[in-house]
Amino acid sequence: MELLYALTLGVLTMSGVYLLLRARTFPVVVGLTLISYAVNLFLFAMGRLHTGMPPVIGQVAEHTDPLPQALVLTAIVIGFGMTAFSLVLALRARGELDNDHVDGKGGQ
Amino acid sequence: MILALIVLLPMLGAVLPLLADGRGRSLCALSTMLAPLAGLVLLWTQASAVFAGEVLVHSWPWIERLGLHLSFRLDGLGFLFALLILGIGILIILYARYYLSRQDPMGRFFSLLLVFMAAMLGVVLTENLLLMMFFWELTSLSSFLLIGYWSHSADARKGARMSLVVTGGGGLALLAGILLLGQVVGSYQLSDVLAAGEVIRAHALYPLVLVLVLLGVFTKSAQFPFHFWLPHAMAAPTPVSAYLHSATMVKAGVFLLARLYPALSDTELWFLLVSITGMLTLLLGACTALFQHDFKGLLAYSTISHLGLITLLLGLDTRLAAVAAVFHIINHAIFKASLFMAAGIIDHETGTRDMRRINGLWRYMPHTATLAMVAAASMAGVPLLNGFLSKEMFFTETLQQHQFGNYSWVVPLVAVVAGVFSVAYSLRFIHDVFFNGKPVNLPKFPPHEPTRYMKVPVEILVALCLLLGLLPGVTVGGLLAVAAGATLGGELPSYSLALWHGFNLPLLMSMVVLLLGCLIYFLRRRLLGWYVHLPHLNAKDIFEQQTQRLVNLAALFTLRFEGMSLQRYMSWMLLTALLVSGYWLLQLPSLRGAVPMSAVDGATLACALMLMAAAVATACWHRRRLLALVMLSVVGLFVALAFARFSAPDLALTQLSVESVTIILMMLALFFLPDHTPVESSALRRGRDLVIAGLAGVLVSVLCLAVLTRPYDSIAGYFLANSLSGGGGSNVVNVILVDFRGFDTMGEITVLAIAAAAIFALLDGLRLRRPTGDTLGRPWAEDRRPFLLVKLSRLILPLALMVSVFIFLRGHNLPGGGFIAGLITAVALILQYVASGNAWTDQRWSLNYQWLAAGGVIIAGLTGLGAWAFGYPFLTSAFGHIGIALVGEVELATAMLFDLGVYLTVVGAMLLILSNLGRLSPRTREVN
Repeated sequence: MELLYALTLGVLTMSGVYLLLRARTFPVVVGLTLISYAVNLFLFAMGRLHTGMPPVIGQVAEHTDPLPQALVLTAIVIGFGMTAFSLVLALRARGELDNDHVDGKGGQ
Repeated sequence: MILALIVLLPMLGAVLPLLADGRGRSLCALSTMLAPLAGLVLLWTQASAVFAGEVLVHSWPWIERLGLHLSFRLDGLGFLFALLILGIGILIILYARYYLSRQDPMGRFFSLLLVFMAAMLGVVLTENLLLMMFFWELTSLSSFLLIGYWSHSADARKGARMSLVVTGGGGLALLAGILLLGQVVGSYQLSDVLAAGEVIRAHALYPLVLVLVLLGVFTKSAQFPFHFWLPHAMAAPTPVSAYLHSATMVKAGVFLLARLYPALSDTELWFLLVSITGMLTLLLGACTALFQHDFKGLLAYSTISHLGLITLLLGLDTRLAAVAAVFHIINHAIFKASLFMAAGIIDHETGTRDMRRINGLWRYMPHTATLAMVAAASMAGVPLLNGFLSKEMFFTETLQQHQFGNYSWVVPLVAVVAGVFSVAYSLRFIHDVFFNGKPVNLPKFPPHEPTRYMKVPVEILVALCLLLGLLPGVTVGGLLAVAAGATLGGELPSYSLALWHGFNLPLLMSMVVLLLGCLIYFLRRRLLGWYVHLPHLNAKDIFEQQTQRLVNLAALFTLRFEGMSLQRYMSWMLLTALLVSGYWLLQLPSLRGAVPMSAVDGATLACALMLMAAAVATACWHRRRLLALVMLSVVGLFVALAFARFSAPDLALTQLSVESVTIILMMLALFFLPDHTPVESSALRRGRDLVIAGLAGVLVSVLCLAVLTRPYDSIAGYFLANSLSGGGGSNVVNVILVDFRGFDTMGEITVLAIAAAAIFALLDGLRLRRPTGDTLGRPWAEDRRPFLLVKLSRLILPLALMVSVFIFLRGHNLPGGGFIAGLITAVALILQYVASGNAWTDQRWSLNYQWLAAGGVIIAGLTGLGAWAFGYPFLTSAFGHIGIALVGEVELATAMLFDLGVYLTVVGAMLLILSNLGRLSPRTREVN
């Protein structure tokens, strides 16, 4: 299971990084989103992979580590804030410069 | 407490002139004077203790591990300097009231002046050397702003920059010196350092410490070869020059020299470094001053030379020399401040500072002329004035020292030569300006006496010159004794402060100096002719050139790595990250740890494969953006499933709702962006990017596996054990968010609100071209409000709101909580915008989302503060249980109020972002 999890994260990162290196704003934002998925999953896995052990007291006898979950929960919401911000930045750049190249140049 | 107040008052008082600005110039000046006047009164209350020889220390611990304490110290030396800073400061404020013109922003000037005053007071009244360093840097920064006050003038900007670079650079050296000193002594408290002189001098690091500290002192006090910044700082308004270059800024250097005298002096190295630097500066300043045509330039070089004199005195090997140094600090501050102010009056009334044009002013302003003459005579060391007394003490000490062995006669010779030039330039200042024919082509003609009150500060200082000169024992004897005693840190050597010591060698030297000075002045034309032919270095040009070269070098470096291309920059960053983390990963003995892996089940394997396929598809199809977006949403959904699979129901819920909001957001944005990405990168670059991406993927996989197969130790036990008893909730994740780590959550919702506000600002006034159809030319559908969607969304709204309330209420004990409930509410509301349009939605509810987001943060913050009212630390929660029909027993904790804040922030921020993005379309249609 751990190997599969690690492989999945690798593929997510790879796709994300490749998109991050593109020249247009939209793929870069998509790449950022993919990378933030990978990062969230990675942080989450620091509490190890457990099946059927939610950190809710009284439901089951054993519990997984709640701390990484709390960290990742806010990270997901903040990650949305970041994605939204970079998207709107891309829109603004397109509005001002009339193209969607990451360096603000190049023909349309 | 009183000592801290003396330093703090001007800092707090800096607000007053800003408030009073525009309500009358006199009110502005008066409000500025309040703080220094109060400081003077406070200082006076401490006078009796100081004069009794006590050292007052007030200390509050701050960062003990670093040896940093908020501690203040008042002894004779600090008292003297505080008196000069406050006293001359008040006179400068009065003077500046009349000096500044109506165009100059007065509030800003006085406010900066008070900040600078506070910084100077901090330097002279701190007990802790690290704290002193803080104030030291603050003097550099605030003097930078003061010198550059007339920011429209290029000279002022360049002068300010130069002084900042030189004194700031020296400040860095000083910081290093002080840190080393603290290491050697084991404490940064001045009392400890001053008592540890023997230890310091015997330590191997002593030479390094000394050189570093002296670098700070010499740059600040404009000693050779760092003196060049001071003449260029004359571009400042004259009140600033009068303050900075008489009693304060440049005196900070010699103050520190005197302060650390017991700790660092008394070695061969000290005597040689300090006295030689002092001698060179004394000579250079005095000689150059004579040849200045700008009278402020003359005064600037004269200041350099007098600072050299004080430095030289502190570098001589007799203890009396230190007493003379302190005495000269007092005298120089008084006569130089009055001379600068007189110069400012002349500048103000004639409109120029060129002594070749200003002549014969005696006829127009006899009162100012008299004052300037007395002050200049004091500067020249004419008997009956205070300058004479300390100069005579200086001559005596040059004859007493033996530190250069057989060459000791050099010191009195240098003193005499510098004295001669000092007489000559004082004479030139008086004779050229007030006599010597008629004014030549003055910008303002005829000049006349300034307003009464502009002369009052000069009169007070000139009166002091006379009083101190005639009755030194009565007026300044006591102050000098305590200040010199504090400098030497022990017994005072015996000396007598008197006008008349009988016929002796120093008196003869004084007379010779006066005569030769007059002679040199009469020969000035020939000397000037000779001086013009000397090679001249323009410090400003050289400095600007070097600065420019440095900037160019930095620009070249940046260009190499970044090259105005985000792609190149990104690949450098990624490669560096790969190399650094890859290197350390390879150092591990084995990548795979000892913990065995768990078994894979079929469903998980299938999901993982689909996730990977969707991720790869997103990357492969990124040119067809809508398709890539669909693939991205598939990835997001599988990530949510992964969280659910591995025991994280809260995360699964959050991911699911965030995912829907993200996709809606991206769809909205995509509407305004091209829906295809053109092929731009070469195959080579794509190959390179693929390699980087592949390496990053491998790195993350290996890292993840390496961690997951290693044994695991966590602090989770604490949270699990205390969640029910301490936080009153059984959903540990939620309890961590709103209770244990509430402060983090508080920060995170603040970030979210800030991001939303920034997006709101970015969208404000944005104009985007609205496409009429897709790339294939097919027009967008006419039916903008699909009937089914509208009906369904209205049906869903109350249901969704109910669910979110339910999720919110149960969040403390079961998966849910403010974040998730907020997201669900936001999605339900956004659905209305999407289905029914902005106009319809705005009609139904007019919520101000900015206020909603801000209100959420405020509620969360107030809940935290509420704990203070009951005497608990920030964000301590209280709880009890109540029963609600159908829902069951509900936890009613203050943490729930906090969670409400989280909820409101999330709803506010999400809607602020999305509703404004959605609003872009109608506005742009109106434009096109």
